[in-house]
Amino acid sequence: MVNYIWLGMMVTGVLVAAINGHVEVVTKAALEGAQVAVHTAIDLIAIITFWLGIMKLAETAGLVQALARLLQPITRFLFPSVPKEHPAMGAIILNLSANILGLGNASTPMGLIAMQELQKLNRGDPKEATDAMCTFLALNTSCITLIPTTIIGIRLIYGSADPTEIVGTTIFATAMGMTAAICMDRLLRYLYYRGR
Amino acid sequence: MFGVVSDLSRWAIPIVLLLVPLIAMVRGVNVFEKFVEGAEAGFVTAIKTIPFLVAMLVAISIFRASGALDMLVGVLSPVLNLVGFPAEVLPHAIMRPLSGGASLGIATDIIKTYGPDSFIGRLVSTMQGSSDTTFYVLTLYFGSVGISRYRYSIISGLCADFTTLIASVYVAHKLFGPT
Repeated sequence: MVNYIWLGMMVTGVLVAAINGHVEVVTKAALEGAQVAVHTAIDLIAIITFWLGIMKLAETAGLVQALARLLQPITRFLFPSVPKEHPAMGAIILNLSANILGLGNASTPMGLIAMQELQKLNRGDPKEATDAMCTFLALNTSCITLIPTTIIGIRLIYGSADPTEIVGTTIFATAMGMTAAICMDRLLRYLYYRGR
Repeated sequence: MFGVVSDLSRWAIPIVLLLVPLIAMVRGVNVFEKFVEGAEAGFVTAIKTIPFLVAMLVAISIFRASGALDMLVGVLSPVLNLVGFPAEVLPHAIMRPLSGGASLGIATDIIKTYGPDSFIGRLVSTMQGSSDTTFYVLTLYFGSVGISRYRYSIISGLCADFTTLIASVYVAHKLFGPT
């Protein structure tokens, strides 16, 4: 799937640029894209290093496991393949909580930690996503958001009478999206194993 | 309601940074040593994502700069206008899963042009607030552990994005009403 999407964007991009008579933008755009990617990764070093340290403390002190135990009823349903009290559970919960609160720069490192823990549980091909990873990413990208911090800031800058009035609509839209994500994940997993 | 949630948001991280080391200390953990031990993996984790991010962001960048994105918008907007979806926000809807920075730029531009309290301004605010950069998140998360076969997760992510989009349009019509 990702192969087709990737190839599709590359091929249509180059062809459309050629048809529009400005094929030279392709080279520039490719370089810019690569630069943005490297900058993003470099910026991540700082924040991931920091949160990995904190997470190690929380894990050694037994806090991550305690959190995992607390939310067990929900996580057992969503991630049946992850053993209870596994550090992956704690990291998943922390990532989703940070998402819900709109704490973008804490949620990404937590998410990467969760992925590492899930990869440790991967008994199949290490290059292929596991069921739990697919569920986690579906939840992560569609997670309920209580505070969309960035957009509230922008509304404020441009003189909105009530910058936070979109909080309710955002909660509604994300709740719908999250429900769809859980349903689609289950459905696609079923189809995936049936098709094999 | 909003005040409480907003305070929670502001306090969450400082409280974590206060409580985690304290509790760890009480439980007999060598806090400094353990922190450094955990943090050690940070550099490698971040660097490992570079090839995956470069692959994805280069494709997105070419697709956008070539004008292919604008063409897609041109084809889709007459259809979507029929179901009450304003053509002005379509570039945002298409860009949202691909690039966080670009979609935020589009949202900012729309808010600046139409005003934050116009129907379109409120709709695009809801859309920006309610969805995530699906492609970026998938590439980054899978990339950090070296996974290149995503199975069905792109489809489920995009279905969720699409549902969120429809829900945003629906709730914005209900609450703010197009004028």
